[in-house]
Amino acid sequence: MSALVLDGLTKRYGGFTAVHGASLRIPHGQFVCLLGPSGCGKTTLLRMIAGLEEPSGGQLLIDDRDITATPAHKRDFGMVFQSLALFPHLSAGENIAYPLRIRGVPADERRRKADSLLELVRLPGMADRPVSRLSGGQRQRVAIARALALEPKLFLLDEPLSALDAKLREAMQIELKQLQRRLGITTIVVTHDQREAMTMADLVVVMSEGRIRQAAPPMEVYRRPADAFVADFIGMTNLLEGEVTAPGRASVPGGELVLDGLPPHGRALLSVRPEEVLLHPATASGGQGSGQGAVANRLAGTLSFVRDLGASVEFRIDVSGREIVALTRPQDRPAVEPGAAVIVEIPAEACVVLPPEGGTAGERPS
Amino acid sequence: MIRRAPRSLGEHAPILFPALMLVVFFVIPFGLMIAVSVARRIPGGFYEPDLVLANYERFLSAFFGGVLSFSLELAALVAVVAVGIGFPFTYRLARLPRAAQVRWLVFLLSILSLSEVIIGFAWSTLLSRTAGITNLLVAVGLMAEPQSLSPSFGALLAGMVYQAFPYTVLVLYPALARLDPALVEASRTLGASPVKAFFTVVVPSQRNTIVATLIMAFVFALGCYLLPQLLGRPQHWTLSVLITDQAIYQSNMPFAAAMAVFLVLVSLALVGLSLLFGRKEEA
Repeated sequence: MSALVLDGLTKRYGGFTAVHGASLRIPHGQFVCLLGPSGCGKTTLLRMIAGLEEPSGGQLLIDDRDITATPAHKRDFGMVFQSLALFPHLSAGENIAYPLRIRGVPADERRRKADSLLELVRLPGMADRPVSRLSGGQRQRVAIARALALEPKLFLLDEPLSALDAKLREAMQIELKQLQRRLGITTIVVTHDQREAMTMADLVVVMSEGRIRQAAPPMEVYRRPADAFVADFIGMTNLLEGEVTAPGRASVPGGELVLDGLPPHGRALLSVRPEEVLLHPATASGGQGSGQGAVANRLAGTLSFVRDLGASVEFRIDVSGREIVALTRPQDRPAVEPGAAVIVEIPAEACVVLPPEGGTAGERPS
Repeated sequence: MIRRAPRSLGEHAPILFPALMLVVFFVIPFGLMIAVSVARRIPGGFYEPDLVLANYERFLSAFFGGVLSFSLELAALVAVVAVGIGFPFTYRLARLPRAAQVRWLVFLLSILSLSEVIIGFAWSTLLSRTAGITNLLVAVGLMAEPQSLSPSFGALLAGMVYQAFPYTVLVLYPALARLDPALVEASRTLGASPVKAFFTVVVPSQRNTIVATLIMAFVFALGCYLLPQLLGRPQHWTLSVLITDQAIYQSNMPFAAAMAVFLVLVSLALVGLSLLFGRKEEA
């Protein structure tokens, strides 16, 4: 059972390719986030799914039925636009009832349906309010209700929350996720906000330069990024370039790491999340601190900057000219001040070996 | 920006110049016209100041009533046809690539440089028997022999719509260029075909613009006085034609002035009514 299948969807504008052969399988009821920086092709991909852009190549299948050539108004997908695109000449209720009106549903039934949808998005009694007299969050909810009015097979949202302020956006993310879970509707959201993607998605699809870099559950994308772009884009990371010196050993600036999964020889690119980096004062680590790089997975450096973020403390350490970022909880904060010599410990299990940059990056992980 | 009402003379200054212009070029001439309209005509001569209402009584006749209602109907029809063609045209135009838009707008602006006389003669030639488009229809075998299409009501309508069309497009263009393309896309994803989306979203969301453009085209058509003479028969002559006739050929300034005052008042009343209607709808 596979709801939506993208098979090599491609979009070219003249000589520019916005989306390079995107292939993806989205099972029923999944919440998918298309995530990437602006201009990565995520909106174009969503618009192709909606039928608003004609693909230059590839196929789109829903329940094994080819809908590549089906016009937008016959796809029965609900879509929420970045500008929301509420009809200014209609009230909130009439906006929601618009798709029903198009299908010739009688007025009293439309009214009933609009009221129940307003109930669903927690705007009861707002049916007669003109769109111009709704707040940002209320408009958002009306747009969502309108897109859901036809009980669509697929619910598409193009940066739906970008116009809201940070607090409201967080609340709406959670609400949207709960709504989707309650309705069990297959949902695809375009966003450039990785927190938003992590909050809502069952499946995060990271895109860059028109290509899908990785499609995986949020924690896998975070813990096991497929390449340097994903590692860097999702949260903060330390990218270490190393040289494999012996099986399972790599030399990096400032020391040597012992870990599994290294290529047999040549260069290796490693990603280490800041919260997995351990920091010790140079003198207090059992006599190991004096010898530079003497012990594996311990690098000597100088603390250059400390930033207290409230929930965590961020340390920036200069290790042989490269900056490494470490994050600790306030209660675990080591007693070091900027300028002090420190030992950076990188546990082997914290390292993710990435394909070398400029090499196989961009190809789908197998 | 000052949000409160202006108080001192200095704060009123920005509006003084336009106010002065309005007084000099509209209020004073209109006042003079009202004065002339109640003057007494000296047959064979000019007129002398007086306060007679005879000029206004004259067009309470069936003849002038007929001309007035024909003028209003013609102007309304011209406005409806011009907007009816101009609106979909401008909607498409606003979605063309920029270079193509500029070419079309320059072309339309160049039509504005044509005088009413040239437009009138061009259309009467185009619709004539000897050199008109019916010759083309004969050539392709759609018609047995060429015939004259002018003067006629259709010719008059065509000429006036042609003249009003560029104005219509120029008034509609800014609003339609600003229309969020996502509105139409939203209605497409909600199940509306492109045609249905146009009539259920584009047209209703632009209602105020359409009303404003209709009024503009209506008032514009009401003042047209050459085309009815060039392209229409005498029964198609509008009040503007009669005013010109009375003022220039009959030398009856008081009567011409009375008709002009009446025409201005009727137009103002109609414009006021439609604005009132528009506001009520919005509330």
